[in-house]
Amino acid sequence: MWKHDSLEKNVLLLLVAILVTVAIGGIVEIVPLFTIESTIEKVQGMRPYSPLELLGRNIYIREGCYLCHSQQIRPFRDEVERYGHYSLAAESMYDHPFQWGSKRTGPDLARVGGKYSNDWQVGHLMDPRALVPESVMPSYAFLNRPLAYGDIADHLRTLRTVGVPYTDDMIANAETDLVAQATAGADTGGLLARYPKAKTGDMDGDPAAITEMDALVAYLQMLGTLVDFSAYSPDFAQGK
Amino acid sequence: MITAPQAGPAVKAQPYNDDIVRLFTVAAVFWGIAGFTVGLYIALELAFPGFNLGLEWVNFGRLRPVHTSAVIFAFGGNVLIGTSFYVVQRTCRASLWGGEALAAFVFWGYQLFIVIAATGYLMGITQSKEYAEPEWYADLWLTIVWVVYLGIYLGTIARRKEPHIYVANWFYLAFIVTIAMLHIVNNLAVPVSLFGTKSYSAFGGVRDALTQWWYGHNAVGFFLTAGFLGLMYYFVPKRANRPIYSYRLSIIHFWSLIFLYIWAGPHHLHYTALPEWAQTLGMTFSIMLWMPSWGGMINGMMTLAGAWDKLRTDPVLRFMITAVAFYGMSTFEGPLMSIKSVNALSHYTDWTIGHVHSGALGWVAFISFGAIYFLLPRLWGRKEVYSLRLVSYHFWIATLGIVLYITAMWVSGILQGLMWRAYDSQGFLEYSFAETVAAMHPFYVIRALGGALFLAGALVMVYNLWRTARGDVEAPAPAVATAAAAGR
Repeated sequence: MWKHDSLEKNVLLLLVAILVTVAIGGIVEIVPLFTIESTIEKVQGMRPYSPLELLGRNIYIREGCYLCHSQQIRPFRDEVERYGHYSLAAESMYDHPFQWGSKRTGPDLARVGGKYSNDWQVGHLMDPRALVPESVMPSYAFLNRPLAYGDIADHLRTLRTVGVPYTDDMIANAETDLVAQATAGADTGGLLARYPKAKTGDMDGDPAAITEMDALVAYLQMLGTLVDFSAYSPDFAQGK
Repeated sequence: MITAPQAGPAVKAQPYNDDIVRLFTVAAVFWGIAGFTVGLYIALELAFPGFNLGLEWVNFGRLRPVHTSAVIFAFGGNVLIGTSFYVVQRTCRASLWGGEALAAFVFWGYQLFIVIAATGYLMGITQSKEYAEPEWYADLWLTIVWVVYLGIYLGTIARRKEPHIYVANWFYLAFIVTIAMLHIVNNLAVPVSLFGTKSYSAFGGVRDALTQWWYGHNAVGFFLTAGFLGLMYYFVPKRANRPIYSYRLSIIHFWSLIFLYIWAGPHHLHYTALPEWAQTLGMTFSIMLWMPSWGGMINGMMTLAGAWDKLRTDPVLRFMITAVAFYGMSTFEGPLMSIKSVNALSHYTDWTIGHVHSGALGWVAFISFGAIYFLLPRLWGRKEVYSLRLVSYHFWIATLGIVLYITAMWVSGILQGLMWRAYDSQGFLEYSFAETVAAMHPFYVIRALGGALFLAGALVMVYNLWRTARGDVEAPAPAVATAAAAGR
């Protein structure tokens, strides 16, 4: 058939033709996300995760929470009423990797921060059906073990290489900030200056140790709380 | 290294490397059973959360990637690589480039990748990108194995004794090359330490999301579709003993399929913070994708033109053709679900899970079962499988399982989607989220039952293959019946 014959007789030509054919779609769709400025809205309040929140987020990833919980509220009446303001691209701009999810076996968590008390979150993670009888969520009682945070500064440094604006100050104080955030009555002045709105204090009712539970709850309690929606207007955010 | 035919257990006319195909076939069956079993277990966890046992290693969140990776990459991957080695040698009339050693490296390297990935998931080591969960060191290892695989494939085609490269090889080649591209780009990440497992994705937020679903959708498009279409283009004509229906259609099918598929990723991100132009583009191309998909289905099915009676008499061919029918069904359902207003209902629900399984169980697994039933007797030097009757049992048990699975997921998905958006007469949301979870319970039980049947069918296959490899042949049933009647 016309010139298709030449492709069928030359494996390198076939290989190159395939590669060109499959490259086009991805280039057209993905590259503009890096070049069009309005892709990520201009908002006030976004900041990188505090060291404790970051390790909490890593536990969220480790346990595969994203397989049953989305973090992406769609602009529908029922979703906005159930979960809050629809999600903005800006709200996940420091997320490496993103955690939007693809399935809601459990509810969306994009704005779960502050909806429940620390005690509720801990009790629910320990034994979900004690608080929500219909739930099919597994128990996470095993998170009551000490959090490993010796290399926290390396985590911040790595994230800086992929574009998260952690400052030298943040990296130098990473461990101090982590301990301060999880300890009741600690001096949190420096922490809150670096990470405004961070939820502080002992989360899991065990003041003797900084646990994985502390980190996970600190992460859950800040989800969706950073952007100041009183100062947000869609037109301004799109640069209009 | 081309080795001359040697006097061995199975003397062959040509020096094809078939030992390696045997290994891949055994591995595919082994990982298939493992993957189906884990799937059944996590289905039971959703129906009865007590199955989580309070143990971190068997929690749903840790086991779910074990299930998806085991069925897609371990079962599907071993079928694809194994059959590609079988097909490329025969359609090129050449033995594998690189000989036994290089092919063995691909086999053991790939199994090692699977074991590293799966044990990592159990310990919570994951990048959290769906179907791309393995961490950076496993990704690097897979890249090496994959490049060697591509080398063998290209090298074998390059030394073919046929002037033309057969169509099945175009599909296999597109699968190998595109998976390499997707794998490398989507897994770009910076490790925290060279001695640790954790890494952070090079992309963030919306960019990471689209890169991931560009990868994720094309893992479906190229791993689970293009690769298995390679199987279809070889094994269906071979088993039916008919030429492929239309050569011209296969050219159109091939180029339009691989061009369009790559654009469809954004339909996984409808109504999210992804810019609307990208969503619309993804939807448009997803709908267009319906056409080449059905072109391929027609090409596979019509290969039986004039030989439809074989569907009644040959359960192996029945597996293959039913697979193509399921392919047609899920490639209609997919474009439907990519329409934004439909997706508004279906997204985040079990409908997606049902859709994936009609493709994975109906298309991927069934075409694989057909190919394995075709291959195994040939690889072990037998005339036919031990029992065609058992193949038929497998077919019906598995089909019943799929029907239960996908209908349960349709009902639960649409039900949950409707419950989420239901308002009462006062204008309040009618259901709490917990109420919608409770409503899913009966369907999760039915789904687990469907999965159990599918696994049971696969175990019948294992028994049948075991007896085939041993060289047993089932006594023909009618003779027994006649003898019993005569004895009365």
